[in-house]
Amino acid sequence: MNFSHAVWLAVAFPLAGFLVNGALALWRPRAKGLVSAVGTGVLLGAFVVSVGVFLDLSRNPSAAPIIVKLWPWIPVDRLQVDMAFQVDQLSTVMLLIVTGVGGLIHLFSVGYMQEDPGYARYFSYLNLFVVFMLVLVLGASFPVMFIGWEGVGLCSYLLIGFWYNDKVNADAGKKAFIMNRIGDFGFLVAMFYIWRTFGNLDFVYVTGHAPEMLQAGGAVVTAITLFLFLGCTGKSAQIPLYTWLPDAMAGPTPVSALIHAATMVTAGVYLVARTNVLFALAPLSSLVVAGIGALTALFAATIGLRQYDIKKVLAYSTISQLGYMFLAVGTGAYVSGIFHLATHAFFKALLFLGAGSVIDTMHHAYHATHSHDDAQDMRNMGGLRQYMPWTFALMSIGTLAIAGIPPFAGFFSKDEILAAAFARGSDTPIYYLFYGMGVVTALLTAFYMARLMAMTFLGINRTGEKGRSHLHEAPWIMTGPLVVLGALSGVGGALNLPHLVGGHAALERWLEPVMAPAMRLGHLVMPEGSTEYLLVGTAVAVGVLGLYLGVRATLGRPIVPAKEAPPDVGFARVLNHKYYVDELYDALIVRPFAWLSREVLWKGVDQGLLDGAAVNGTAWALRIAGGGLRLLQTGQVGIYVVLFLAGALWILRAVIR
Amino acid sequence: MLLGPVLGLSAILFSIGVAGVLLRRNVIIVFMCVELMLNAVNLTFVAFSQLYGASGYIMVFFVMTVAAAEAAVGLAIILAIFRHKLSVDLQNINLLRG
Amino acid sequence: MTTLFYVFAALAVGSAALCILQRSPVSAALWLVSTMFSLAVIFVLLDAQFIAAIQVLVYAGAVMVLFLFVIMLLNLGHASSDMRGPSALAAAVVIVGLLSIELVTLWRYTPARLAQEISQAPAGLTDPSAIFMGGQIAQEEAAARGIVGGIAVPLFQQYLVPFEITSILLLAAIVGAVVLAKRKV
Repeated sequence: MNFSHAVWLAVAFPLAGFLVNGALALWRPRAKGLVSAVGTGVLLGAFVVSVGVFLDLSRNPSAAPIIVKLWPWIPVDRLQVDMAFQVDQLSTVMLLIVTGVGGLIHLFSVGYMQEDPGYARYFSYLNLFVVFMLVLVLGASFPVMFIGWEGVGLCSYLLIGFWYNDKVNADAGKKAFIMNRIGDFGFLVAMFYIWRTFGNLDFVYVTGHAPEMLQAGGAVVTAITLFLFLGCTGKSAQIPLYTWLPDAMAGPTPVSALIHAATMVTAGVYLVARTNVLFALAPLSSLVVAGIGALTALFAATIGLRQYDIKKVLAYSTISQLGYMFLAVGTGAYVSGIFHLATHAFFKALLFLGAGSVIDTMHHAYHATHSHDDAQDMRNMGGLRQYMPWTFALMSIGTLAIAGIPPFAGFFSKDEILAAAFARGSDTPIYYLFYGMGVVTALLTAFYMARLMAMTFLGINRTGEKGRSHLHEAPWIMTGPLVVLGALSGVGGALNLPHLVGGHAALERWLEPVMAPAMRLGHLVMPEGSTEYLLVGTAVAVGVLGLYLGVRATLGRPIVPAKEAPPDVGFARVLNHKYYVDELYDALIVRPFAWLSREVLWKGVDQGLLDGAAVNGTAWALRIAGGGLRLLQTGQVGIYVVLFLAGALWILRAVIR
Repeated sequence: MLLGPVLGLSAILFSIGVAGVLLRRNVIIVFMCVELMLNAVNLTFVAFSQLYGASGYIMVFFVMTVAAAEAAVGLAIILAIFRHKLSVDLQNINLLRG
Repeated sequence: MTTLFYVFAALAVGSAALCILQRSPVSAALWLVSTMFSLAVIFVLLDAQFIAAIQVLVYAGAVMVLFLFVIMLLNLGHASSDMRGPSALAAAVVIVGLLSIELVTLWRYTPARLAQEISQAPAGLTDPSAIFMGGQIAQEEAAARGIVGGIAVPLFQQYLVPFEITSILLLAAIVGAVVLAKRKV
């Protein structure tokens, strides 16, 4: 019995937090101190447990996964699903990320949500989210993971629509949930398929028996993986199910940081990494995954070029970076995908929380001046560097990380992904195209991030005379977590330092037992020597170029505050309106569906058929029949006698025959 | 032996009883026709009893007993109705009209 | 003996027909009594003397007397027309017609035919007494214990429970009749 068996504590702590905070939200909403203590305390406890589990596992790094069985959940004939957690190298990595970054974001929220009346409710939802996310990453079988999968979708809905009094926020929550459900359909179908093929839904069983039970490249495994990927596109906001994520920025900024940057949206990547052997057996699906990842990365990056809301830029940036992760796992470089997942969690959370500090300050400024300007529009910011030096410095670190500048974390992970795509191109040439798309995306990423930093922190301030005096640095409770994340973004590359710079590829070796089934089927030959230097150089050059161009282009001409700014024209307009994809979906899918629901299903089936024919119709028919039968009751005994005798005659006839 | 003709007689008496029940308006006469039908059935039982043993006679015994009880109660009902309606015409007794 | 049977059969049929056609209830009752007497004679001809006796005692003697009491108590006069309308006549014709047709088929059932159909005995045997053992036993019983004994022994042995229940039924009938016919004081 080792410490890993106590991994359920990591889930139990936040669950207790949810219950306590939920109770407080109902009966003592103003007990903010207690809520803060409980809300962040349970995360701290969960993090400690995660570290303990990690240390326990690291004593024996190549051990088999430890299954901690909690109770038998579905014992139905041949379907035996237990509520069990799987402690292995991959789940511990995810565990540390979720509890660590999550804990920092909880701390940040204490400062950010300080004045919100729904404080206790917020923390209870946030704790509940952590519960479900941990169930997702710790699940030992597909159904248990699916509980977490659905649960995080639910919490996402609750938290996006946190300020539900505004219809826009509620709609955004609904949109996220519904699009996720479309993806979940894919997950479910894949689960059914897996059950039918394997008769068992445990990860250990499926990944262990996959090579022998599935034909490589066959229709079954391709179908399974494509349906799984459909689930991933929903949860991780890839084409075609990504449009919910920018709308999800309607929620509080720490929520965007936690759910829509660091953890929930990475669930799709985690799923592919977990079922790596299935994707390795289906090269067509892997191609689809990589292709959609690359396309989404490029597509979202272009949209980010022309967004003015600071959170929307970061949202599209997230979609784009998720595209990178899927490019990685689609290429077969599962470790690189997880590596980028980790580094992205660090710097994207940093960037979002930094943006949160900025928005918070802008809110205070506008609140004090009773202005109704948009506090999130970058055209109203500018020159904040002098008012918020710490935030500026830390967000700069995040920007350098995401742009892929060494020695920051993002450089190592992004470079690995591009190298893997290039390497794969040697046996499947289309991957060269994906590599190219990745490089262009890197350029655009650096560009829009530089644009963001320039518009927000550099140049002259556009907040207005009166507001300016209220601009100040964020309190320490908010800046503290930023410092930690900044440090992690800085040194995060150490997680998987490549041999090129004398590192030991620690993450790769750590995750080797998990990725082994896929690796046995096909090993990716990474470029060496001069090719490797060339690729690294290209990546760095592109990043630097992007940053320079971004700053130059943004500060080159004067920026007008939001309410006076003219609308965009031409292609810029298309980008600003996100290629009109939402309008397209609305016309193609939403409107026909709504029409179908209203005219056919509501008026036709529900009102007409069910209410009219079935319910009222039955009543009408019975009334008519009753009315008819009533005529038999004449009260005349004579008639009764006649009927009686007729009946007797009938029976007699039957008997005599 | 006599079985055939006896059964035939029973059938004829039964039919006459049915006709009477259907055709008469006076409740008491209808009742008497019902008694006639019971008698016809008794005759059948007795006829078969010669072949099948004493159970036929026993059946007749019980039929007579029940007919007597039924006659008593039925006539009491008729009396009660007559007190209210002052008529024993079948067509006037229609309080159970639906 | 057969001629005696036919005479009394005709009498029974005639009395019954006249019974249902009488206008006055008293006349109808009296013709019914006549029918019952004829039937009693036929019972005797069928070797059921005890039944004949109780037919006269109970049916003709008690039930019909009760009928006559009630008729006279109600003090009905002659009704003008006591038959129901043409629709009832039509219904009666149809029903009685069908009934007669069905019952006439019973004429075919001679004991031989009956025995053959029931016990699948070979067609040669025509003596019913050889086939129907029940009747044989009953006759022996009757010879041993007397006519009344022949009925009483099964009544009080095999059919004791129905007998007791019938007595309860009579009790219920008495109570019911008294309650229903009572004048509300």
